[in-house]
Amino acid sequence: MTYFHNIGAYFIMVKDMFRKPTKWSVMKGLILKDIDDLIIGSFGIVAFISFFVGGVVTIQTALNISNPLIPKYLVGFATRQSVILEFAPTFISIIMAGKVGSFITSSIGTMRVTEQIDALEVMGINAINYLVFPKFIALMLYPFVISIAMFLGILGGMAACIYGGFSTLEDYVTGVQLDFIPFHITYAFIKTIVFAFVLATVPSFYGFFMKGGALEVGKASTTAFVWTSVAIILLNYIITQLLLS
Amino acid sequence: MIEVKGLHKSFGDVHILKDISTTFKKGKTSMVIGQSGSGKTVFLKCLLGLFDYEQGSISYDGKIFGQLNADEKRNIRSKIGMVFQGSALFDSMTIAENVMFPLRMFTKQSKSEMEDRVNFVLKRVNLADAHYKMPSEASGGMQKRVAIARAIVNKPKYLFCDEPNSGLDPKTAIVIDNLIQEITEEYNITTVINSHDMNSVMEIGEKIVFLKDGKKAWEGSKETIFKTDNEAVTNFVYSSELFKKVRKMYLEENES
Ligand SMILES: Nc1ncnc2c1ncn2[C@@H]1O[C@H](COP(=O)(O)OP(=O)(O)O)[C@@H](O)[C@H]1O
Ligand SMILES: [Mg+2]
Repeated sequence: MTYFHNIGAYFIMVKDMFRKPTKWSVMKGLILKDIDDLIIGSFGIVAFISFFVGGVVTIQTALNISNPLIPKYLVGFATRQSVILEFAPTFISIIMAGKVGSFITSSIGTMRVTEQIDALEVMGINAINYLVFPKFIALMLYPFVISIAMFLGILGGMAACIYGGFSTLEDYVTGVQLDFIPFHITYAFIKTIVFAFVLATVPSFYGFFMKGGALEVGKASTTAFVWTSVAIILLNYIITQLLLS
Repeated sequence: MIEVKGLHKSFGDVHILKDISTTFKKGKTSMVIGQSGSGKTVFLKCLLGLFDYEQGSISYDGKIFGQLNADEKRNIRSKIGMVFQGSALFDSMTIAENVMFPLRMFTKQSKSEMEDRVNFVLKRVNLADAHYKMPSEASGGMQKRVAIARAIVNKPKYLFCDEPNSGLDPKTAIVIDNLIQEITEEYNITTVINSHDMNSVMEIGEKIVFLKDGKKAWEGSKETIFKTDNEAVTNFVYSSELFKKVRKMYLEENES
């Protein structure tokens, strides 16, 4: 029962996010701050993870190809496919659900328990627009993060391939360029935009509507991470089914 | 002036406020007192329009809030200043930015006009040189003063304070109380303060409303609170030995 209630409340929040907008001169500053916190602040961890997981994907693929009839460039091909289709958009989004999501839930939740949200509402400000909308706009730059993840994932694969002696640079590059389907990129970025929306709104929902004190802020962050991940995994399944099959 | 008539408020099946009627006058510091859990905060949040209520009416200078359209409601809200129990300062902003916030949101003043006003109110609450501190770097008493500055920066007609001196030492508490009272008289504001602190009640309570279990059990002033025989009031007010003695002395003095 509470699931249905929460889903309903979530969609009302999404609608309220666009109502009664905050003055642009104030909103501008909020958006820039959220771009700094959510996007720029995530580059480091995303770059690190992408590079090394790209490398591991390559090593795993190479080690599992024992048949000498299979051409060496397949390693590059497999790395590209898994990085672009799943690893960069989905796997990185789950990581971001932990990093960005818990940041959003705890910062909004803290504002709730210390009555800062009440203070906004007393002044007649639409607190949902004030707090959630800038995060939504900031995360519209999320595809940029994912592009970097794709690039570094493939680069990490290349490094691992050459360093581990699994194939030559030429073979890897040939593989990466093999049978390239532009729609796969479109598919990956459609997913990315949907996940960005989930990353901005689901953690905000759990922060905004939490009750209690500091302990509950921690619990809300955990709950938000779980449900953000669940939403991403389910939407990934649905989008893949709709667009690729 | 704020007039409350027959106010009832419930959360689900739990009836919290029961038939409260009273008035709060302009330029006077009115206090709502009562034990923790007696409904003071809920009452204040009804006055603020943060909570809906099932029955009763609240009017601000003759305008019944429930009957106004959205614009008129917003207009009244923009004339309300609120000091929250925990100060509720925005912790991502400096002290000066906190105080400037209502001006940035609701006025079309230029940057220098806003800065002048912020300097003025910060000086008024004796914080002339704390502009660039973050709230987390300020003491509890300073945070309260910043919260008061933020509440009055946009020249409110109504000022509400929820336990403005809880968590402060007695001396700082008196400073805060007196500051609120001075501001109330100076700018002719209708001020309502929630408190369970008898010191502040005796210091500044020009009108006192006593809540017990969500009902108005008594109302009067700091003068009449000494004389009342109302048992609920005397049990609450004179729960401390000190106040029992004070009362005895007061009554003896007035008899002779
Ligand atoms: N948002 C709420 N939902 C449900 N019950 C509440 C809510 N806020 C307050 N209450 C209940 O109302 C009663 C009065 O609370 P409150 O007004 O905070 O007391 P106090 O006089 O200490 O300020 C308490 O029993 C409290 O549990
Ligand atoms: Mg209270």
